[in-house]
Amino acid sequence: LNYTLHLADNALILGQRNAEWTGHGPVLEQDIAISNISLDLIGQARNFYQYAATLINQSTSQSLNRSTEDTLAYLRNEKEFKNCLLVELKKGDWAFTVLRQFLFSTYQFYLYQQLQKSADAMLAAIAEKSLKEVTYHVRWSAEWVIRLGDGTTESNRRITGALHDLWPYTGELTGNAGYETALLAENLAVDLTTLKELWMDKIKEVLHEATLELPQNQWMQTGGKEGNHTEHLGFILAEMQYLQRTYPGVEW
Amino acid sequence: MEQVPDPEVPVLSVIDLGIVRDVKIIGDEIEIIITPTYSGCPAMDVISMEIRMILLERGFKKVTVTSILSPAWTTDWMSEAGKEKLRLYGIAPPNPVQTVCDIKLFAEDEAVQCPHCKSYNTKLVSQFGSTACKSLYKCNNCLEPFDYFKCH
Repeated sequence: LNYTLHLADNALILGQRNAEWTGHGPVLEQDIAISNISLDLIGQARNFYQYAATLINQSTSQSLNRSTEDTLAYLRNEKEFKNCLLVELKKGDWAFTVLRQFLFSTYQFYLYQQLQKSADAMLAAIAEKSLKEVTYHVRWSAEWVIRLGDGTTESNRRITGALHDLWPYTGELTGNAGYETALLAENLAVDLTTLKELWMDKIKEVLHEATLELPQNQWMQTGGKEGNHTEHLGFILAEMQYLQRTYPGVEW
Repeated sequence: MEQVPDPEVPVLSVIDLGIVRDVKIIGDEIEIIITPTYSGCPAMDVISMEIRMILLERGFKKVTVTSILSPAWTTDWMSEAGKEKLRLYGIAPPNPVQTVCDIKLFAEDEAVQCPHCKSYNTKLVSQFGSTACKSLYKCNNCLEPFDYFKCH
């Protein structure tokens, strides 16, 4: 359950973050592109939340207060969210957004590739369904990283700054949390440490093409997957959950 | 099912799209099994409602629409008739050979035929179009922009 929620939270929060660009993209086509990526991520989150809700409802006999995808997205608090810190950071400028997307989508690409083989049939099905979508995200974001890195002095300056700022948050992508390690023996979760090399190779290849240098600092900020977040998550949840909390059960 | 249209591309029925995977009938109960095109496709809710409405009209007392994710939908499941309908509607249908499914960068653009003037001299404007299933192209010959139902 924690693992399913973690996968859902990652997709939801990044989807919500990227959606801040809707109507504000640098050009119309890219506004549509980032909004499409948001839509894919929120769709993936819905599938994971629906599954998590089924798991919760199965484990309890009470018929009141049943969990749904909506209660999980809109009525949990900051500490209950298990997303990586990387996805909750503020949207920043375009360079920050596309670089974050690239770091995350590359992780998600290799993750879903493995998760398709999970012994949990539902997680495997969601991964299989999402993989082609993520393939598009990787290509789109990597091409932008290269375009900015190997672009003008200004675009290079911006993406170099973004790389410096984002790098300490990438550790969580390839390190297992307790609930992940616990599921490894039964082949339910993906062992993230096995993805590290694949992820790093792809990152190196694209950064090289983009004339950017791989950051040398090894210190990584962690905690998001265990519910210890940066100050940014509270704000994004406040905005996202406001309506449901103020008018419980409201529909449109 | 031929009469249930895709709300985003109304010339296509759910059969043309290839999203109806199975139909089970027991007495006056019917179950339709569909699979989503994209995880976040907002049309899916409308589609299952339309399926339910049309079957209730036809006298089925109990209608269930179940969504399954695996095996994942692909544009290969779209019918030939559906592809022709798309072309006439002004949307380039997906190419028969899948060309998107790896993360190689700056891959050569697919040769996509302009649905208006039939030229192959076209250019990809954006991989992401007005809906999740389409990308945006421009024809270098007749200069018209058009949607391409992208391989998936």
